[in-house]
Amino acid sequence: MLRFEDVQITQGDFTLRADLSVDPGARVAVIGPSGAGKSTLLNAVAGFLDIAAGRISWDGGDITATPPAARPVAMLFQDNNLFPHLTVAQNIGLGLRPDLRLSTDQRVLVDGALDRVGLGALGDRRPGQLSGGQQGRAALARVLIQRKPIVLLDEPFAALGPALKTEMLDLVAELASETGATLLMVSHDPADARRICPQTILVDEGRAAPPTDTAHLLDNPPPGLRAYLGN
Amino acid sequence: MRRLPNGKRRWRARVTRHAPLPAWPGLLAGLFLCALILGPLAAVTWRAGGGGWPVAADWAALRFTVLQAVLSALISVALAVPVARALARRRFPGRGPLITLLGAPFILPVIVAVLGLLAVFGRGGVLNDLLLWLGLPRVQIYGLHGVVLAHVFFNLPLATRMILQGWQAIPAERFRLAASLGMSPGTVLRVLEWPMLRGVLPGAALIIFALCLSSFAVALTLGGGPRATTLELAIYQAFHFDFDLGRAAVLAVMQLALVVAAAAPALRWGAATGFGAGLDRVQRRWEAETPLLRAQDAALIALVALFLLTPLAAVVWRGLAGVADMPAQVWRAAAVSLGVSLAATVLCLALALALAVLALRRPWIEALGLMGIAVSPLVIGTGLFLIVNPWADPARLALAVTALVNAVMALPFALRMILPRLREVEDSHGRLATSLGMTGAARLRWLILPRLRPVLGFSAGLTAALAMGDLGVIALFADMENATLPLQILRLMGAYRMEQAAGAGLLLLILSLALFWAFDRGGRDNAAV
Repeated sequence: MLRFEDVQITQGDFTLRADLSVDPGARVAVIGPSGAGKSTLLNAVAGFLDIAAGRISWDGGDITATPPAARPVAMLFQDNNLFPHLTVAQNIGLGLRPDLRLSTDQRVLVDGALDRVGLGALGDRRPGQLSGGQQGRAALARVLIQRKPIVLLDEPFAALGPALKTEMLDLVAELASETGATLLMVSHDPADARRICPQTILVDEGRAAPPTDTAHLLDNPPPGLRAYLGN
Repeated sequence: MRRLPNGKRRWRARVTRHAPLPAWPGLLAGLFLCALILGPLAAVTWRAGGGGWPVAADWAALRFTVLQAVLSALISVALAVPVARALARRRFPGRGPLITLLGAPFILPVIVAVLGLLAVFGRGGVLNDLLLWLGLPRVQIYGLHGVVLAHVFFNLPLATRMILQGWQAIPAERFRLAASLGMSPGTVLRVLEWPMLRGVLPGAALIIFALCLSSFAVALTLGGGPRATTLELAIYQAFHFDFDLGRAAVLAVMQLALVVAAAAPALRWGAATGFGAGLDRVQRRWEAETPLLRAQDAALIALVALFLLTPLAAVVWRGLAGVADMPAQVWRAAAVSLGVSLAATVLCLALALALAVLALRRPWIEALGLMGIAVSPLVIGTGLFLIVNPWADPARLALAVTALVNAVMALPFALRMILPRLREVEDSHGRLATSLGMTGAARLRWLILPRLRPVLGFSAGLTAALAMGDLGVIALFADMENATLPLQILRLMGAYRMEQAAGAGLLLLILSLALFWAFDRGGRDNAAV
């Protein structure tokens, strides 16, 4: 279980509070108005932001002071999820060894991950030679190979067209259920949340609320969320 | 809290914990740099204390240094304004190569340029042949006007590029608006161009002034005598002819004070000077589309091309004649210079990279790296000589010191190019690398070096070419056995073996350009987008 215990994150004059827990294997959307702190919440879990107070724990172990790479977390960012100067296979291999000294077994794992996301023949290409959808698949293949129990998505597919985005989200859901990973996904689109996330954390007015049922929340939005959704 | 254009909070590397790259190489580089710069300065100042008060000749050298720098700056900038305007508003075949050529003097060895200028303006030069044929008296290149001529040759292109950037920073829409309002060329100058020039010209003049203050090789070859001696040259003479270390130290302190006073403002303006990316745009200028202005611009461009190309062509022409019978020392000196140049390049890049990594977290480190611009090589050389002399024969360390000083002199340029790019790389890819656990060597090998490759190549090319052609500190230290190629050329000139000097000059020109080309090309080849 991922727990936020009286967590307080401060960035300049902005403060976000969170006191909540996420069940293992849950798929949770993080929604809220722009600038409310959705990415801030994810960056705190990933270890890119120091928290001012409280603690974050996973399976009972405190990870508040753990360096980013040692946390049980794999993250996809809004952009730059692949290194443009490395091949797709190298990009995925980094999920196993940050110095890319891969054993034969590990190379087999990389090939397997490529096959799993449907990029079997494209391992030697550079990201620039792939389409947007293929780049998304390559990044997901790395997340898959990292085998981290928590997966954080900070709108990595926002730049894709609607059909491609849906395809990516379905792949994310499939991979998450295969690996049993806990998923936290920032989204601007309520339809994304409805599609693959049974639960939702609402971030608004400096507070991240505990996860609630997505459909219920979106059908009966509180005033702040209603204003944001615009209906 | 800074925000990115898309409204996101900017992610910053955490300062305290889990730094992905170690700080110690940068700290080590910083200490090394401080020792290398401040140590000699301290030695010079301490020694100057026993050297007495400056004598009349020293004040004369100070006056001449300032005078030639002022003249060089004013003339370069005054000539550059119409040339830059012509380039900004005219499209013609060869414009691209000409703009590239304007960048060339930066890596052109001074001694080669001097050979070329002598071939055109010297005693037996093209100009005097022409004057003789016309029945006019000869002109003399040696003295103040020769020094200024050489400085204009080097700095007119620099000024032109800086001012051209200013012109291209004026939005094209303004000129379109001016055309639709029917403004005359004079009105456009007053309303659009003059405000830009007022902003750009002082900086350009100040930078050239500061560069000319440390002129050594030009003053050594074209100046000299009590009436045309710069402080740097006076330091060299105090060493070379009188071996008066006390007086050299006094002069070095004067030079230091002068350069520091000029460098502080020049550095501030210098932030705006790039290496001319995006100078290939031409603005359509409706008001200037008259036959008269067209002819005027064409004439200006032709004159500048002639002024820059003739000396270079003369180096090649005369060099081809001399290349056949170059003495063995020339080839040995060429090999020595290559070694010095490569050593300086490796050291400079290592220092720049280490300092840049540290500067990500401690921005003030950048200022440390820029110190190299504010000190003159001969002052550092004097100081190092003073430090080394009691312990060892300085001549034995001549090449090592030359490589060291060149690395420090090129460091500001390398740092200026590497640091912004490193910031970009860390901003766009640093978080992913950190989340994957890429630290230390892995981060360097798989993220930073590949992403920085083009700027590293360009910096290496620049450093290698500058070090290859440097004629400064080596002149203080070297004995007859040790010579770099520029020093060897100077010695051949001193012995009036001009044919051989020309051949060696051509060799030096080719090696400098080849080094720059090879490194720059190597950085861009295969570079992933």
